[in-house]
Amino acid sequence: MSISLTVNGTSYKSDAPPETPLLWVLRDELGLTGTKYGCGVASCGACTVHVGGEAVRSCQVPLDTVWGDVTTIEGMSENGVLTPLQKAWVHHQVAQCGFCQSGQIMQAADLLAVNSDPSDDDIDAAMAGNLCRCGTYSAIRAAIHDAARAMNGGGAG
Amino acid sequence: MSRLGKITRRTLLVGAVAVAGGAAFGVYQVRRPVENPLRPEEGATLNPYVIIDQAGIRIIAPRAEMGQGVHTTLAALVAEELDAEWESVRVLHGPPAAAYFNGALAHGALPVADYAMRDWQRNLTEGIGAATKLLGLQVTGGSTSTVDAFERMRLAGAGAREALKTVASGRLGVDVERLRTEAGRVIAPDGTEIDYRELAEEAATRPVPRVELRPASEWKLLGRSLPRSDMRAKATGSAQFSTDIVLEGMKFATVRICPHHGGGMASFDPAPALEVPGVEQVLDLGNGVAVIARNTWAAMHGAEAVEIDWTPSPLPATTEAMYDQIAQAFDARRNSRMRNDGRPEDQTAQIEVEYRVPFLAHSTMEPMGATAWLKDGHLTLWVGNQAPREHEKVAAEAAGVAREHVTLHTVFLGGGFGRRVETDVTRQAARIAAMLPGTPIRLTWSREEDMRHDFYRPAAIARMRGAVENGRATLFDAKIAAPSVTQQAIGRLTGRSMGGPDKGHVEGAFDQPYAIPHYRVAGHLADLDVPIGFWRAVGNSFNGFFHESFIDELAHAAEADPLQFRLDHIAPESPVAAGVLEAVRDLSGWGERLRAGTGRGVAMTWSFGTPTAVVIDLEREDGQIRTARAYMACDPGLVLDHAIVRAQMESGLIYGLSAALMGEITFTDGRADQGNFPDYDALRMHNTPQIEVAILQNNPHMGGVGEPGTPPAMPALANALFDLTGERVRSLPLQNHAEFLV
Repeated sequence: MSISLTVNGTSYKSDAPPETPLLWVLRDELGLTGTKYGCGVASCGACTVHVGGEAVRSCQVPLDTVWGDVTTIEGMSENGVLTPLQKAWVHHQVAQCGFCQSGQIMQAADLLAVNSDPSDDDIDAAMAGNLCRCGTYSAIRAAIHDAARAMNGGGAG
Repeated sequence: MSRLGKITRRTLLVGAVAVAGGAAFGVYQVRRPVENPLRPEEGATLNPYVIIDQAGIRIIAPRAEMGQGVHTTLAALVAEELDAEWESVRVLHGPPAAAYFNGALAHGALPVADYAMRDWQRNLTEGIGAATKLLGLQVTGGSTSTVDAFERMRLAGAGAREALKTVASGRLGVDVERLRTEAGRVIAPDGTEIDYRELAEEAATRPVPRVELRPASEWKLLGRSLPRSDMRAKATGSAQFSTDIVLEGMKFATVRICPHHGGGMASFDPAPALEVPGVEQVLDLGNGVAVIARNTWAAMHGAEAVEIDWTPSPLPATTEAMYDQIAQAFDARRNSRMRNDGRPEDQTAQIEVEYRVPFLAHSTMEPMGATAWLKDGHLTLWVGNQAPREHEKVAAEAAGVAREHVTLHTVFLGGGFGRRVETDVTRQAARIAAMLPGTPIRLTWSREEDMRHDFYRPAAIARMRGAVENGRATLFDAKIAAPSVTQQAIGRLTGRSMGGPDKGHVEGAFDQPYAIPHYRVAGHLADLDVPIGFWRAVGNSFNGFFHESFIDELAHAAEADPLQFRLDHIAPESPVAAGVLEAVRDLSGWGERLRAGTGRGVAMTWSFGTPTAVVIDLEREDGQIRTARAYMACDPGLVLDHAIVRAQMESGLIYGLSAALMGEITFTDGRADQGNFPDYDALRMHNTPQIEVAILQNNPHMGGVGEPGTPPAMPALANALFDLTGERVRSLPLQNHAEFLV
């Protein structure tokens, strides 16, 4: 039995076992390796993607329960044009090792989608589930504020 | 940089070979490993760093990019002299090669405090016997990469530039002195331009002229905060790590190795695993199993399902028994006494206390992993690693092929912190690939496997004696006991035993710039076989805590301000170190009244050539303690990229604070009790302090930046807790003693 899913606007069929978490379908079955495995227990956020426009931990979403279109980090920029959030990430030179950054960006995009002008407390609340062992938090915070300004019509940084 | 200068100027023979449509400067040397790069008669060259072909300019930055920005800074060294356009340069890790040895590592092996090192000692570092065991290592570690590359890689860029100009001179009939270079082109006085790509192939056939380096006043790239070469890839998910390689017909693997360190596997039953959908094979690895499946999740589930009888660990059954074994080292003869000023044995101690710190995991964001493929007798590996030649050697052994039949690609590291010097996952991947010839294997460890099979930062105990008189410390007498990282990790890396006084064991304690009349630091090596290894700042990470916590106790005993107390003792020894204390004093507004419910602590450590001072502010908030603000001041000397230095300082600080607050690995029957982030967490967005960093450039010698932020973070935090609560905590992590916001 194969299961259909739409990822970054492309339709796929997967015959992976239905309980396979979305994370591993993306990485191993579809070859979309931008989404990362960090813990497998929803405590680090490295595997964050959007399902139906909402940030989820893809390590906790079985393939047969995927309830909407999936967007991964590869689907954020279109034709190589970065989103304002990714531009802010580059402007603030956020990434260090980079391994958690796909998840950080997907989580931050979700925050900005529901809150166009997040306060520091809002950022704390939304981003606390995303671990970064390099400690890039101050740059992440600055990039989110900057992206919010850019998306509200102001210039980035 | 004079020590590197003398060596490179003596031995630099820039060369080039033709490659398809261009030139590779010095690359022929990559294929000719040179045993001792200090012997010019063997044709040593230190310049395999630039490839120019029709695709453009590629710069090899032969150190692991694990987040510290080393690719950007090393490539900028070449690009500066080459006059390459920064945005168009591509940066590569390069192959394993002796030519990429890290000379600056040897500098750290001298039994001398960095701050007190004489110029002649700096010049001779690489020629001194004590350092030779480290020569030839292509290791990223010890915060040495930029120091090591500073002169060689600029010379590489300058050599290539002059070779290209020589060719252009012949073509244009213009004296080479009248040509200039800019943005990847040679430009004649009449405005005629020739792209480097059109000159490169011919340049490969010419001897490269002697070159002089430009003065800093002419730099265009160095000294600026450059756009990092890896940033776009990391913001778009296209950066490739060890398990991001996609190959046709690939299978997915994980391992489950005996978690009881030193134990093994008596027997196993693969049947339950083979019933897991997607699982294809269970392989016997001797001390555990590998499970091969259609995807990693099936492999991980399969690995959990295998029924295994482990054999027991020879280690002490409890963590407390391990500490007892470490403490026994105090009863045996010392291994080192690298500081012994005055007559400490004749002094009466006013304070006698014991400190202890736990084992720590690296907990890199990316669990260990590797991709390996044995095809037609040739093994290809993709693995983020900090020691390519050692990984290549181990892979060849494990797969049973000759070293020349191994191609190792170093990819981005999802955090290193010393963990990826170790070759264990590479050995496994090569072995599994050899058991399944023709099939590409992507090996991914579970987080639990990663945390339980680490080479831990060792637990350590310090016994301290001290005394004060008239507001000054008169006695600082420390004995430090821990198993030896140097003996274990360098032994594994080089295959040689590391005898003699172990500097790494006492670094951060014996080498601090304090003027104290009776000042002694003795190292005692514990006989305990828990796997231990390099960790961010290693010895400095525990000795910094011991030393700077005890200095705080002495300041308190002397009824002195803890920052001024430090300045009083440091200023006579090191104006550079005093400078960072003054800077952090000014930055933090030290001495101003703090509001009620606030505690403030300071610490200063000198590690990896860079004195770094930290002030931490703690605040009580809803019954919990919040790490509210951090102020840092460092002096790494010449700064090549401010933004990267600042990012590394913050990173090192957060790594240290995370460990001091909540890091602790304990063992039961030789198995780590912690397996995942819920048991072994780190600072996150909501509990990371606001951080301000001052970067000074008064240090006459260039220091490292990747590690020096970690050691002072831990004691500064503990000293702030003392200021807040009045209770001195002498063991970590602090969350065992007070309720922090976590």
